[in-house]
Amino acid sequence: MQTGQLLLILAAMIVTAFIMGRHRALQVAQPLGGIRHLRSLPFYYAMRSAIWCALPALTVLVAWLIFDQTLIRIMVLDSLPTELQPVDGTARNLMLSQIGNVASGALPTDFVDAAVANAAGRLNQLQSISAMAMAVVVIVLAMLGGAWAWLRVSARMPAREQVERVLLVVFMLCAVLAVVTTVGIVFSVLFESIRFFGQVPIADFLFGLNWSPQMALRADQVASEGAFGAVPLFAGTLLISAIALMVAVPVGLMSAIYLAEYAHSKVRSFAKPALEVLAGVPTVVYGFFAALTVAPFIRDVGQSLGLSVASESALAAGLVMGIMLIPFVSSLSDDVITAVPRAMRDASLGLGATRSETIKKVIFPAALPGIMGGILLAASRAIGETMIVVMAAGLAANLTANPLQAVTTITVQIVTLLTGDQEFDSAKTLAAFALGLMLFITTLLMNVVALHIVKKYREQYE
Amino acid sequence: MSVTTEQVRKTLARRYRAEKRFKFFGICAISIGLLALLLLFTDIIGKGYRAFYEYSVSLQITFDPETLGIDDPRDPEQLQYGNYEGVVRNALQARFPGVEEREDKRALSALVSTAAGYRLRAMLEESPELLGQTRTLWLQLNDDADMYMKTSEAKRETARLSDRQQAWMQELEQGNEVRAGFNHSLFTRGDSREPEQAGILGAILGSLFTMLVTLALSFPIGVAAAVYLEEFAPKNRFTDFIEVNINNLAAVPSIIFGLLGLAVFIGLFGMPRSVPLVGGLVLTLMTLPTIIISSRAAIKAVPPSIRQAAMGLGASKMQVVLQFVLPLALPGMLTGGIIGMAQALGETAPLLMIGMVAFIVELPTGALDAATVLPVQVFLWASSPEQSFVTMTSAAIMVLMTFLITMNTLAVVMRKRLERRW
Repeated sequence: MQTGQLLLILAAMIVTAFIMGRHRALQVAQPLGGIRHLRSLPFYYAMRSAIWCALPALTVLVAWLIFDQTLIRIMVLDSLPTELQPVDGTARNLMLSQIGNVASGALPTDFVDAAVANAAGRLNQLQSISAMAMAVVVIVLAMLGGAWAWLRVSARMPAREQVERVLLVVFMLCAVLAVVTTVGIVFSVLFESIRFFGQVPIADFLFGLNWSPQMALRADQVASEGAFGAVPLFAGTLLISAIALMVAVPVGLMSAIYLAEYAHSKVRSFAKPALEVLAGVPTVVYGFFAALTVAPFIRDVGQSLGLSVASESALAAGLVMGIMLIPFVSSLSDDVITAVPRAMRDASLGLGATRSETIKKVIFPAALPGIMGGILLAASRAIGETMIVVMAAGLAANLTANPLQAVTTITVQIVTLLTGDQEFDSAKTLAAFALGLMLFITTLLMNVVALHIVKKYREQYE
Repeated sequence: MSVTTEQVRKTLARRYRAEKRFKFFGICAISIGLLALLLLFTDIIGKGYRAFYEYSVSLQITFDPETLGIDDPRDPEQLQYGNYEGVVRNALQARFPGVEEREDKRALSALVSTAAGYRLRAMLEESPELLGQTRTLWLQLNDDADMYMKTSEAKRETARLSDRQQAWMQELEQGNEVRAGFNHSLFTRGDSREPEQAGILGAILGSLFTMLVTLALSFPIGVAAAVYLEEFAPKNRFTDFIEVNINNLAAVPSIIFGLLGLAVFIGLFGMPRSVPLVGGLVLTLMTLPTIIISSRAAIKAVPPSIRQAAMGLGASKMQVVLQFVLPLALPGMLTGGIIGMAQALGETAPLLMIGMVAFIVELPTGALDAATVLPVQVFLWASSPEQSFVTMTSAAIMVLMTFLITMNTLAVVMRKRLERRW
């Protein structure tokens, strides 16, 4: 039976449980003299039945769907004779996909070992058993739950309290999902990183000056010394981010100041949403713009000045990333500037200071912590930005501070290492997770500090 | 006049100059921002508008049974293996009788898209009586010939056609035998290696399924989490911890969510690669913080007097929240939800990690079919060298931006219309 059909049946059962629960509550109330003698409204009895019907069944269904494939795979592999047992992870995946192909009929049985054909038969058999068993278990559970709730309906039962308690737990679980996500991120990058550092010493990774993961593909050079030195990537990331911030911070900050302090309300009502459009442009569009318009332009200008500019220069990627960050910096600074109390502004103006003096000597110092927090957030964005650099920055890891040359970044390398041929165990794939760990730690620290500063700042004037 | 006043007067001109300079910097900054926006849009539109139309050529097509190798057009086997290219080739040679050399013949037939063959087959399948007859048909040009027609006369020598081919095209153009029409295949087909046959429908459907999964999960979960944190959560360390987590997740680079999806959904749970379901799950985790934060703001904006009035009438805390606070906060939450969806629709990097970058020709029919999404399609086409794909990329960007701007405008309008000020 298909999972979709099962879900439909389950939904029908839940609705039935709801209606029957309500009916039962009314029935119970009848001899007592109306629903006012019930402890809760009939609706809550109905909800209680529906919850009893749905919750156990759905929990089992989800768990089943998540784990059944893994279990089936283990069982299928166990059924293979010892001489066919895969030795490592890659062989295991190959064997599994071969069995899967035979089982689905994509690969004729006479092309493979008889044992593999048997395993494929076993796979099909297990799949259908699993699907059947899942359907039976889920439906029986739903029936039992619904029946139990139906039987238990009584005038004295606190149905509302019970329903509300379940809802509260569901709400809490939703909130806890944020923590689960963070934990999931930490563990998914940490585990693979630890495996990576088992193959490549951590010091080589952090301080090595040579990054060439492609070399490590050859068997005699696996994790050869220096191939995974990430310093050029860190330097490239910093270079591009620095260029981006050099564009975004002055422009964004000055726009925010102008819009908040000088601009006519008409200009403001036009320019502010226009700048916000820049924030809504997908990064892949910026990447396209950088790679096909800005980079060739910079190269042509450079050539006419007699400079040698790489066609994937750090300058192009950085400039466009800066444009992307302008609205980000400007809206954060705008919040901070408008939060400075009116009284401080008026006092300064009243003493005869010009507007610009007021801004520079009163508002800016008062807003500085908030602005710093905003810049830090922008920097963390620049470091983690992916598509612009994937499309406009280079792949070769050059250790250089020259913005006219091609550099590569952490995010570019993560993308190149993970899209392409994938084996889960090679140092190449694992290196992406190690880079991801570095990226996560760096941005996390920056965010924590920045959010702390911004929060502190807000409290100061509230 | 006192000495101080005298001193102030002397510096006044300098201070006013500084004031003007400062204001000028501000105007410069705004102009740079707006100029960048203008440049970006004109660049994309200037590159992309040409993908919305295509050129076709008028040819006298004879459905010759001998060339086709078909004697019974009702036989599907024969229909499938018919030599439709041969028919097109014959029509082209009939139009340009002077072409004799093998190489020239090949160059000549390269002018028409291979899609013409598929079209002839579909026509024959639909009306078998066409066999043996001659019809004047408008057939799609190949992408190089199409680009040649689309470039203005002055720039044509850079086109990827040989001199011979250019001469033929000019002859056709002068005889009014080529015409431009709306590019249907752009909106009705999936990806293809041939630019003139590639379309964005596959990517749009992929985006649609991905967004449906994201919306179905992230909005209810986000609202529930916001309700819990804003209305029920006790003030303790754990609640603070959840809050810090949410704020941090909002600023975690999106590619990290891709790594999470790769390691957990695909690696651990064994879900298939490249499917909208996994993409939707990853984007759900990514957009949740945005939705939670905006939903909390919307809940916070509902005045306490409403809660107190409901409680005074004997409603339980949960009843107050579900029946009074939530309906009032809903417009604000929906606005946040739309903005979160727009963010998810434009996202590329995490989807690259979970393998939604495959080259997929078939149109997806559900959340479990391998698919790609609109931004990823942009990324894929942007790395193709053909000039036509650059145009196609820009066109795909224009479609994507239209969706995004519509969503954002909707959010703004909803905020203005529905949100109540208390």
